[in-house]
Amino acid sequence: MTIDMIKKIAQLAEGKNKLRFMEVCGTHTVAIFRSGIRQILPDNVELVSGPGCPVCVTNDDYIDKAIAYSRRENFIVATFGDMLKVPGSRSSLAAAVAEGADVRIVYSPLDCLKLAQENSDRKIIFLAVGFETTAPTQAATVLAARAQGIKNLFMLSAQKLVPPALRFLLNDATIKVDGFLLPGHVAVIIGANAFKFLETDFQIPSAIGGFEAEEILIALESLLEQIDGGKAIVTNNYQSVVKAEGNVAAQKILAQVYKATDVEWRGIGTIKNSGLKMRDEFADFDIERVAPIEIERVEKKSACRCGEVLRGLVNPTECPLFGKACQPLHAVGACMVSVEGVCAVWYKYGGNNFKWQEKF
Amino acid sequence: MARKILMAHGAGGKLSAELLREIILPAFDNEILHELHDGAKIGKLAMTTDSYVVRPIFFRGGDIGKLSICGTVNDLAVTGAVPKYISAGVILEEGFDFDDLKKIVASMALAAREADVKIVTGDTKVVGRGQADGIFINTAGVGELINDVDISAKKICAGTKILVSGFIGDHATTILAGRHGLELPENIQSDCAPLNKMIFEMLTVEPKIAMLRDATRGGLAAVLNEIATAANVGILIDEEKIPVREEVRGVCDILGFDVLELANEGKIIAVVPSESADKILSVMKKNIYGVDAAEIGEVVKNSAGKVGLKTSLGAIRIVDMPTGELVPRIC
Repeated sequence: MTIDMIKKIAQLAEGKNKLRFMEVCGTHTVAIFRSGIRQILPDNVELVSGPGCPVCVTNDDYIDKAIAYSRRENFIVATFGDMLKVPGSRSSLAAAVAEGADVRIVYSPLDCLKLAQENSDRKIIFLAVGFETTAPTQAATVLAARAQGIKNLFMLSAQKLVPPALRFLLNDATIKVDGFLLPGHVAVIIGANAFKFLETDFQIPSAIGGFEAEEILIALESLLEQIDGGKAIVTNNYQSVVKAEGNVAAQKILAQVYKATDVEWRGIGTIKNSGLKMRDEFADFDIERVAPIEIERVEKKSACRCGEVLRGLVNPTECPLFGKACQPLHAVGACMVSVEGVCAVWYKYGGNNFKWQEKF
Repeated sequence: MARKILMAHGAGGKLSAELLREIILPAFDNEILHELHDGAKIGKLAMTTDSYVVRPIFFRGGDIGKLSICGTVNDLAVTGAVPKYISAGVILEEGFDFDDLKKIVASMALAAREADVKIVTGDTKVVGRGQADGIFINTAGVGELINDVDISAKKICAGTKILVSGFIGDHATTILAGRHGLELPENIQSDCAPLNKMIFEMLTVEPKIAMLRDATRGGLAAVLNEIATAANVGILIDEEKIPVREEVRGVCDILGFDVLELANEGKIIAVVPSESADKILSVMKKNIYGVDAAEIGEVVKNSAGKVGLKTSLGAIRIVDMPTGELVPRIC
């Protein structure tokens, strides 16, 4: 079946001009590289990565704030492991930990409830980053904290929303993309309908895909079929879990705690209504309102091309720092840090040298 | 800013290698240490040491005590030796439970009996509350090198086969699931086991085995990369031939880990001459710790120093050296 699909993709692509498809989500990027999909695609079908790695698009200021909080007496910073090594303007959380800051790795924000109860004399700050996939759990954590009367758990919010980012990319004339491989996990929450604007406003072929190698191939095949048939619609190729309306319960929880706000994306700039801010009713869970912190904004001068990489303008290997000054152990840009970061994935799976020099 | 030790410096990946290269080797370097194998060869003897800081100290399939014996026994065995004598240094935190210590010591004794090694010397220290985490154990071991066996990267050449002794990732998955409250079915437990007898049987049918490694921290990915670098050859493995349990794959998906990078405590990689691969594999399969052994790939002429993985789609992608702190305190 897989072989048939690979053949079908080759047939559909044959004779066409170069096609660039953007996989929006970092999880897709990892799956594509891990399964070797890039090597089996026809030469004229190129995959570029988009801004869908939460750690990558989190800006320096946020990291600097997290570090500043972690250094305060009686504060515990709780975070997903990926955030530890992300460089801020001067330092990283990992370095703060080595100097004595109390930073705990959690796999779910809900783990923070227990952490808060066990450390009732300290303030727990959860680094709430991520997209629509993780934000509902973060909102649920806030609701649970309120219900349980927990008063020492706070969010440092920097969640981002995918549709406004796609709209932003499509309004940028320099970005040339012939189709989107849309993130299945995000679609589970917001629903396939939330991507309809790609069809109505922009007429760009799009396919919601799962994360197994075959599921990705199915979505790519769908993109090629659309192009072959002169269509530009949003197909749902992950119907087993993605519904047209999404997960309504999760959307409600999210809307109860958060509202959309303009936020800055690292390397890209401020995008209108593309982030989440806690509603005033929940201000007592927002650390920036409970205990505001001033940080000095540092303009970093660097040859790092993260911003262009995240917009699909250049491949990581086109950055002068890639693999030289910037490596996973000594990262300059966030894209080299997260396991889902575009540069980290390119580096890990062999840079530009995907061709194994010998057949099996 | 002054550089500090990070958790990743102890994770067996690239940062550990950096630490070794920058600080340890320049200070101690000599021709024996320079081999950088799991155990050192001194005349007719092999010697090794390892410290154990696993958290939690009790886990399904073992505990820190069993681990501290099996790990050191396996390091000696993969050096081509018959493990004989073990030393044990125990660091206890004030307030540690007496009964827990009894259990740990009993499982050390049990593992030592199974591996046929004697614990012949030891030391106990106690530090104040908060100055250690319950219990840390260091063991060192001495073994007798088996005659005519010469484990060395120099013998690896194109066509040499790569064998693995069973399902990978079980140990790390058990520890991780325990930490994150994930329920696992009964059949998933740490693979912690003494492999010296199986290894002895393998070396008996084929003394010319080129390389043996236990795939602990950094998993298959780290070990295969180290072998490819040391022998300056390419290694190509086949994803579909690597034994991985469905449940382990599932946990990896949830937590975002690559199963090739997960630590094992009872699995070895053997690099063996092509003509005797089947013979060695059948010996492994007869041992309880090698029932699920498989040939997973081979050494190739090109792409020297690199490890390639043929995926289920038929594409080949690079398997990189794991960089760092995948799972802290896994052993």
